[in-house]
Amino acid sequence: MAICIPVITKENYPLYICSIPTENELKFQYMVHTSLDVVDEKISSMGKALVNQRELYLGLLYPTEDYKVLQGYATISKVKFFMVVNSSNTALQDNEIHRMFWKLHNSYIDVMCNPFCNSRDFDNMVMYIMIQVC
Amino acid sequence: MADEALFLLLHNEMVSGVYKSMEQGEVENGRCITKLENMGFRVGQGLIERFTKDTARFKDELDIMKFICKDFWTTVFKKQIDNLRTNHQGIYVLQDNKFRLLTQMSAGKQYLEHASKYLAFTCGLIRGGLSNLGIKSIVTAEVSSMPACKFQVMIQKL
Repeated sequence: MAICIPVITKENYPLYICSIPTENELKFQYMVHTSLDVVDEKISSMGKALVNQRELYLGLLYPTEDYKVLQGYATISKVKFFMVVNSSNTALQDNEIHRMFWKLHNSYIDVMCNPFCNSRDFDNMVMYIMIQVC
Repeated sequence: MADEALFLLLHNEMVSGVYKSMEQGEVENGRCITKLENMGFRVGQGLIERFTKDTARFKDELDIMKFICKDFWTTVFKKQIDNLRTNHQGIYVLQDNKFRLLTQMSAGKQYLEHASKYLAFTCGLIRGGLSNLGIKSIVTAEVSSMPACKFQVMIQKL
């Protein structure tokens, strides 16, 4: 179950955050903030290694005890997508998360390229992912 | 190809639209180039997001410039940049011997003074693309003989 989906820009300020239930949002923001260094490290090490150059999915970033698991994904332009996942849900496969990030990325691109900025489609996609994963 | 013609027509109308609004006093005199450039900047930012979806991560600045010259240029203008030169200190010169947006105009010196109108959008396109990949730059264009043109990219180091 995805509980929170934040999007962070390349300058590392938050662009979008959506979470259910909403009262924990601040906590999620702290979690994401903590993991930004890990993301930077992963991205810079990926640039050097010849393998995985096409891989945008960063994998597990920050497992915590009481909460769940943080998954990350970074585009070439260094926009980062995160997903806080409930660790009690073990059925969630790696490739499933991969696919959800891919969908999220696509709908982000659609919003970015649309000059008549309308984030409703992106909202819907985020909601869809959250519900689907439940 | 239909999409190519559409882009050319739209671009021509955009330029004449902006200049018409200047004559009517909606846009300040001399701000037209800036306005076109800003339009290009926004489009460039969006496009680079879409084009880099399936590419490998870039190693360095030169890698990014090569991407702009090859993939980006091919998708937008249906041809590659003919010549890319650099001094390895942050200045890149992109030369296009048959620039798509100038091929519709007569090749003589007659319209040389109007050429800059038709290059502003593309300058913005390059600048927007680079800025979304994390490179701040200044892009200028120059035409010595139609339809060839040169884009000079000056990277601003932080």
